[in-house]
Amino acid sequence: MRTLTRTVERSTPRATRQFVRRLQHGDQVAYLITFIFAATIFLITVLLFFELFRSSALAREKFGWSFLTQTTWDPVALEFGALPFVYGTLVTSAVALIIGVPLGIGASIFLAELAPPRLSSTLAFLIELLAAVPSVIYGLLAIFTLVPFLRDYIAPVLRSTLGFLPIFQGPSYGVSLLAAGMILAIMILPFIISISREVLLAVPREQREASLALGATRWETAWNVVVPYAKAGIIGSIFLALARALGETMAVTMVVGNTPQIRASLFSPGHSIAAAIANEFTEATSDIYLAALVELGLVLFCITIVVNAVARLLILGMTRKSMAPS
Amino acid sequence: MMSRATRRKVTNVVMFTLTGVCTLVAVSVLFFILGYLVWQGGRSLSWTFFTQLPAPVGEVGGGFANAILGSTKLLLLASAIGIPIGFMGGVYLAEFGGNTAGFLVRYMTDLLNGVPSIVMGIFVYALIVLPMRHFSTFAGGVALGIMMIPIAVRSTEEFLRAVPNSLREGALALGATKWKSVATVVIPAAMRGILTGIMLDLARVAGETAPLLFTALNNQFWSPGWNQPTASLPVMIFTHAISPYEDWHRQAWAAGLVLLSLVLVTNIGARFVLRGQTHTSEG
Repeated sequence: MRTLTRTVERSTPRATRQFVRRLQHGDQVAYLITFIFAATIFLITVLLFFELFRSSALAREKFGWSFLTQTTWDPVALEFGALPFVYGTLVTSAVALIIGVPLGIGASIFLAELAPPRLSSTLAFLIELLAAVPSVIYGLLAIFTLVPFLRDYIAPVLRSTLGFLPIFQGPSYGVSLLAAGMILAIMILPFIISISREVLLAVPREQREASLALGATRWETAWNVVVPYAKAGIIGSIFLALARALGETMAVTMVVGNTPQIRASLFSPGHSIAAAIANEFTEATSDIYLAALVELGLVLFCITIVVNAVARLLILGMTRKSMAPS
Repeated sequence: MMSRATRRKVTNVVMFTLTGVCTLVAVSVLFFILGYLVWQGGRSLSWTFFTQLPAPVGEVGGGFANAILGSTKLLLLASAIGIPIGFMGGVYLAEFGGNTAGFLVRYMTDLLNGVPSIVMGIFVYALIVLPMRHFSTFAGGVALGIMMIPIAVRSTEEFLRAVPNSLREGALALGATKWKSVATVVIPAAMRGILTGIMLDLARVAGETAPLLFTALNNQFWSPGWNQPTASLPVMIFTHAISPYEDWHRQAWAAGLVLLSLVLVTNIGARFVLRGQTHTSEG
């Protein structure tokens, strides 16, 4: 650009020179405008972290790290321990993964390995629509269908068959950690399926052909060759789903029972970090109560950042690998 | 005792059948949600749903007119914040973003995208509700607007990058400056995709409940201006669903049906628009 300006300046009349300069000026203005908007995004994210950090200062100073290990959550006595919420978040997400991952990987193997391309993309689209359904609608359906169904049919069956396990003991009222985990499992399915399907489809054909040529059945090819090849991407999709499950608020708060307690039984009502914030934020009367809730938000924020980062690294590594010439 | 070959063949069939069952489960969940909402919502939906205020507790009837207007206002404000920032940020990343600043912005956008929606609610509460000392439509709109940014950025960047470089070079060869070629050639070529991406983005935040719980709060009445708490469809669904009243549940189903139709119609529409897009760029 600079050389261009110089030649123009030497050989052309002044008016043209000014015109060219103005045009380049326009380039800089356009760059500056878009840069300001891009910088705004950067600032918003920094500000978000800063606000969470600042607004939780009171609670962080008072409770320190014991905030995460104390089990008493008593707004009246101003005692705040987040362990019941952390426990609830982890347990519901674990249940979601235990149910959702096998279903999701199974479906993605079917879509990538067996279904004809047209059927596969149509089904994948329908499943992706599930990701667009607002979480409050999942919650609405769960309250009126999943919770009664769990109480009347699933819980009795589990109790009579697997009742020797402490996680399937005790009375069941429907609203429970199990109900929250089940609705989360459905909500994370589309994430696992659509990403896993894509990484499976990205596995080079030669891998399949070589395995089939050696006499393996199609299932053996899929399970022993294709899935291991795509392992990093599939695990990435699971982490992405986990991040979503950890941060999910509405559906969980509608069915989890909102009781801050730690019980071994999945039939018992529990709580989660996000649900606690949603339920108690507008009722927080004292500064320290509010700060404790903000600190819960900060904890959730940090957990999801880490999980998301792991997911991104795994998926990125996978796409790089499949793009490299084989 | 089965021979080894038979056993392998049986495993093959059994396992693929199981994967088929998994797929069937996932797809049938969608049809269950649709069917159940159409059944429950359809019987509860009536004209008054769109025209009347919610009935006081104990009275039958009423509608969600204020929530529909509230959601519209929130989405308008969210668009006014999220679309310019997201679009311009996306243009920056696609056209000027190959440097450290671009990397940082891209990284922060991803981070913002991963923020749980309830945490976004806390952020806007601390940023706007606390200093203003009251819940407002404004705060709710800001929360949704920020939630729109990451997806708007990503779809803008992706569709701009999908524009063939020959178009850019053609414009530059004809003597256009960089911003001229971006503004008059590249952006128009990617416009359909970008608009579709933004529509999907809007549909997504239209169903967000958690960021509104303590920014826009809720309201049983009309909410004039931008400075008062307002009702919105998702929050109304939430409060009505967890209430103990039969008639309120009915309203929640009706609102759920309206919201879900809106979201699904946008998504299906976007699918067809984008399919046309890829065909033209291929052909």
